[in-house]
Amino acid sequence: MTPTSSTATAEKPAAVLTHANYKSGAKPIWCPGCGDYSVLSSITKALAILQRPPEEVVVVSGIGCSSRIPAYTSCYGFHGVHGRALAAATGVKLARPELTVLVAGGDGDGYSIGGNHFLHACRRNVDMTYIVMDNHVYGMTKGQPSPTTEPDWDSKLAPGGTGIRAFNPLVVALASGANFVARAFSGDPNGTADLIAKAVRHPGFSFIEILSPCVTFRPEQRDWKDHVHPAPVTATDDPARAARRLMTDDGMNVGVLYAGNRNPYPLGPKGKSVPLADLEAEFAP
Amino acid sequence: MKTPTSSTTPHAGLSIALAGSGGSGVMTAGTLLLSAAAKAGAYGLMVRTSGPQIRGGEAAALIRLARTPVASLDDRFHLLLAIDWQNVHRFADEIPLSAGSVVIGEEAEGEVPAAFTSTGARCLSLPLKKTAKGIPGSWTNMVALGLAGTLAGIPREALAEALKDSWKRDPAALAANLAAIEAGAQAAADIDGVPALPALAARSGRWLISGNEAAGFGAIRGGIRFVAAYPITPATELLEWMAPALTKVGGSLLQAEDELASINMIVGSSFAGVPSLTATAGPGLALMTEGIGLAVSAEVPVVVVDVMRGGPSTGIPAKSEQSDLSYAVSGLHGDAPRIVVAPTSIADCLHTTQWAVHLAEALQSPAIVLSDQFMGQSRAIIDRPADLGFIGKRLTVGPNAPDFKRYRDTPSGVSPMSIPGNPGTTYTADGLEKNEAGIPSSGAKDHRVQLDKRERKLKLHDYGDFWADVEGDGELAVITFGSATGPVREAIARAAAAGVPARLVAMRLIAPALPEKLDAALDGVKHVLVVEQNHGAQFYRYLRAWFDLPGKPESFHRPGPLPLKPAELAEAILAAGRRESSRAGKPATNRA
Repeated sequence: MTPTSSTATAEKPAAVLTHANYKSGAKPIWCPGCGDYSVLSSITKALAILQRPPEEVVVVSGIGCSSRIPAYTSCYGFHGVHGRALAAATGVKLARPELTVLVAGGDGDGYSIGGNHFLHACRRNVDMTYIVMDNHVYGMTKGQPSPTTEPDWDSKLAPGGTGIRAFNPLVVALASGANFVARAFSGDPNGTADLIAKAVRHPGFSFIEILSPCVTFRPEQRDWKDHVHPAPVTATDDPARAARRLMTDDGMNVGVLYAGNRNPYPLGPKGKSVPLADLEAEFAP
Repeated sequence: MKTPTSSTTPHAGLSIALAGSGGSGVMTAGTLLLSAAAKAGAYGLMVRTSGPQIRGGEAAALIRLARTPVASLDDRFHLLLAIDWQNVHRFADEIPLSAGSVVIGEEAEGEVPAAFTSTGARCLSLPLKKTAKGIPGSWTNMVALGLAGTLAGIPREALAEALKDSWKRDPAALAANLAAIEAGAQAAADIDGVPALPALAARSGRWLISGNEAAGFGAIRGGIRFVAAYPITPATELLEWMAPALTKVGGSLLQAEDELASINMIVGSSFAGVPSLTATAGPGLALMTEGIGLAVSAEVPVVVVDVMRGGPSTGIPAKSEQSDLSYAVSGLHGDAPRIVVAPTSIADCLHTTQWAVHLAEALQSPAIVLSDQFMGQSRAIIDRPADLGFIGKRLTVGPNAPDFKRYRDTPSGVSPMSIPGNPGTTYTADGLEKNEAGIPSSGAKDHRVQLDKRERKLKLHDYGDFWADVEGDGELAVITFGSATGPVREAIARAAAAGVPARLVAMRLIAPALPEKLDAALDGVKHVLVVEQNHGAQFYRYLRAWFDLPGKPESFHRPGPLPLKPAELAEAILAAGRRESSRAGKPATNRA
């Protein structure tokens, strides 16, 4: 498949790219102290590790505070509608397999309105990386419970709490077929950058849940820095072991938790193309 | 005044209904009959109708054959041939008969339902199943094929050839079924009253194609190389045709998890530079609305084929209706100009879908193609359509284009697009309102500039003559769209034969509304009749809102599921002609 445009192969920049090369310079709309600043920094650092030219990277997102991230990078960006980032990213990758596709968003965008796409992106296993900045709250709409919010968290929309258990995205990702599952913490930008680079390099659908505090609506999340800890054991490629670990951990384990070897979704043309006129043959009576 | 009937119209052809329970093979027999007719040099149309059951319900192939191209069913069937009568009475409305009709069934399979006998049609019993049983390995529907085909005047060789060409099973059974066709053909000798087609001459260069296949092929000709879609009746066959076809030309089709994914996937793939399409029906179009709005705002070309069916909600999934028009032209939030086009025939599904790709790409806009179940799932024998050469091509920038602004306020409204991979021109496509550089903006001026730009690019485009089929002259004009065009064209011919000439304006471009185009087409027209197949007169109201129609415009509209018939439309045209004459103070000129 080829684009109709003149995507002429430009000369590759000879100089080594630094994380600054991946920043657009646009001023984020985020609150002071938001974890997403660090995640943006981790993404640009990961791209510097990977040395991918910015024009060959597409950052795709939906709607939410964290979904504003594409325009803060110097890559191609796609800031679509709420919950559909994974769908749009799937389209980008199928159309142009040679591009590096990063998908970014929050817990509401990915696990609530976009929940169905999350399941199917995991099982489809298209080679791309999904970064969720999870702060257990809807920040852009000013403090409503999200799928990962604790059941007793009090808010105007759900006084006294929702009373329903929190969603476990890592377990769902594993069960749905994601090929790489990791957890990161925004307070460790270098560690997170390494994880993102690993995720991009891993074939198939990679999922990184980043604990990224919302200091405005969940100020208690400032304490996360005291609770996160490196995963006690190395990554497994055994889904059963990974499932047990993810089902029983404290939610603060940071690192690669599962790295599978399932075949990614096949990309690119299958077989040799025929002239269009050949398609007409079947219309002969 | 005499009501015009098919018998007064030249080239009305022959109408045959093959009916039976699901699994009786009537669709196979109908498809082979159409194929044989095509080989023999006839034109034809086959409309499929079936009960809601997936397997085992009742089914009927409604076929019209003629020496000239066929775009609509006739008012009456000359022949109803039933393999059995199980629940076939449910098709009484869809298979209208008259005293001149012939009904053939097998007594042992039950009595002819009263709904058919009450028409006065002549009923005959023939041992179809018994004949098949006498030829081991043969099927009853092949006896029916031989019978119906021969009554239609199709040479036996063409019937046999049609079967051989489609045969994929064991050769011994082929011989048995060829014998069954022959037995059916011999039985035809004893039956009169079915007006066979006059002698035909075999012709090459014809196509046998459904509207869904034609739309799929048109899409590929236009340059579509990626499709994401979710199965839905009656659009699924379009996708099933495109899946292997795309693979053959270096493209691909992905079955999405839902329509929300479908539309967002193709916005993503098109943003990445590959012309992209999805196909759906009303419920899917409703789910896609937000994504189509994103394509409007981010200025990403996409084509959405809506194969309309009865609505609202789940409605009547396997039957046709033109009732998504209002939704297609106005069903997006915000001020969101979009392209809406409608093919005017099965063959035109190819051209119009190809044109839609061209328009979407040229104007960086979503284009909705309003097909429907009648065109989509029916098969027609057509002349090989010309390649009108509509190719999707978008305006792009090269590497490191200086001063690139993705949403630049150009005179045409079309801004050069940068495709991922192109260095020095990265930007973020966004559903947020933005400034010319693509930076999100809630400023009044930026909003106004971008709204004007998105409206202007559609309005200023030169759509040429392809915006409508305009035929004939006269002071009365019939304005219609989509699959209504076929029966309207036939009705206009009948009305003309009865002394009331009328002009046809079948609008292929529904949105944007271009009043100056319609004004020119209606030059000299004093009276307008708008024809459409829906309950709410949606097209009539759309035209009244956006165009100044001459005189006191009239509406003929009725919902599905029954196809529009030439007779009811000819009546409406003649009545409109009478009113036009009386208003003008001149005597009616109707001859009859």
